[in-house]
Amino acid sequence: MAATHSLAGGMGGMRAAGDLVARMMFGRSMKLRDAKEYVAKKLGVTTLDLVDVNVMRELREELGLGTITALPGTPKGMPAKLNIEKLLDVTINSCEHYRSLLN
Amino acid sequence: MAEEYFTRMGDGRRIFMTRQCIMDDIHDGVYDAVDAAGVPALSEDDMEYICDVICMKSRIVGVEPGDEAVLSNDGGQLKITQDSGGSGVGIDMSRLEAILMHERGFAHDSFELGWTDYSIKAIKPIIANEMQAIEQFNLTTTIPLLYGAMPNMGAYYAPDGPYGNPTDLMRNFKIEEAKEQAERATEHVARDITYVTTLLDSAGCEGFNLDTVGSAGDGDFVAALRGCEAYRKACPNAYINIGMSSETVLGIHGSLEYDGKVVAGMYPHDQVKMAAKAGANVFGVSVNTNTSMSYAWNVARAACMIKECVRQSPIPVHADLGMGVGGVPMHETPPVDATSRSTKIMSELAHVDGI
Repeated sequence: MAATHSLAGGMGGMRAAGDLVARMMFGRSMKLRDAKEYVAKKLGVTTLDLVDVNVMRELREELGLGTITALPGTPKGMPAKLNIEKLLDVTINSCEHYRSLLN
Repeated sequence: MAEEYFTRMGDGRRIFMTRQCIMDDIHDGVYDAVDAAGVPALSEDDMEYICDVICMKSRIVGVEPGDEAVLSNDGGQLKITQDSGGSGVGIDMSRLEAILMHERGFAHDSFELGWTDYSIKAIKPIIANEMQAIEQFNLTTTIPLLYGAMPNMGAYYAPDGPYGNPTDLMRNFKIEEAKEQAERATEHVARDITYVTTLLDSAGCEGFNLDTVGSAGDGDFVAALRGCEAYRKACPNAYINIGMSSETVLGIHGSLEYDGKVVAGMYPHDQVKMAAKAGANVFGVSVNTNTSMSYAWNVARAACMIKECVRQSPIPVHADLGMGVGGVPMHETPPVDATSRSTKIMSELAHVDGI
């Protein structure tokens, strides 16, 4: 069922920019259109590009936002989220906590 | 003879209907929603659109490019690891592996971690374990990762919990005692939600999905709202999702209030205002599927209620499109034809922000 929704109408998560749009929705209560416009502006792309793997795959690699395929030497997980925080100008709880554990 | 189209009943059975029969059911479904929830009817164009989607020849349909919506989830990794009671497929793997499979295998936009007993009460005794888990998983995951659980107030009533069961008490005409027990249980659940959510936050948890809210009636709903309010106050950056269990709040108590309003009998367009007031970022709207009616009737009825909920909502709305809600047939393995049609209809017609 999750796969059906993902294929029929999802934003593609890390394949594209779905996770970034989700962060604005959950973090700032932005409605879908506003969240898409906000993320597109930060990335310097169109809102249609946000779901286009042809655009987002390379852009994510370039900006260090985490790629869906295994790519040694590029950020994933926490390092990627630290970059996402900076790009979107948001505070992510897990990043805050991570920083609090550093000396 | 008029052409017949492949579609479904609300229980998932295959049926064939003419376009006229599908349109008739769409009309009936819409006007049932109008009667039940007091929402405006869909326009004739909207109903024609639903009919067009149902009559599409493709097995799987999808939204037009640009209409994609954000995906959220309930149950988290349990859909992989749990037994069939939770519609899981029972693959024995670690919780982190199952989460990463959703992140990188299924390309989910956001996800969550859940405990096997997906209830607030069950998480309390293992809270340190869950704090450690979310802290570790956050190092590896990239997409927004919430923690999820149901208020599940039924677990606080006898024989499982410390409070008298209101339905048993009412059966014995102990109405005031039933209400008092519901009020005490409501306070207890709200306290437990605050305890669990704030401790998880202290371990870096990004947010919480209060799921299947209202399953034990109005007390369950009010407890979730009060818990959400306290969580928001303590953790201003938390991602909070309130997802409903059904289309209306059952009045087990009957006169419990939130923000000066009686919540019993509330439908989605009113429920969402309560969730926003309590500090939720996202509201999960749930409209029940009637197994005795056709997919056309169910999806039209759901779209009618959800469209009005989205219109009135101050926060993003995600449509619950799982087994037995949002027009999706009540079936353990919902057919992809009906499921994908619900995705398309809710995104393009009801303009939901997510699914």
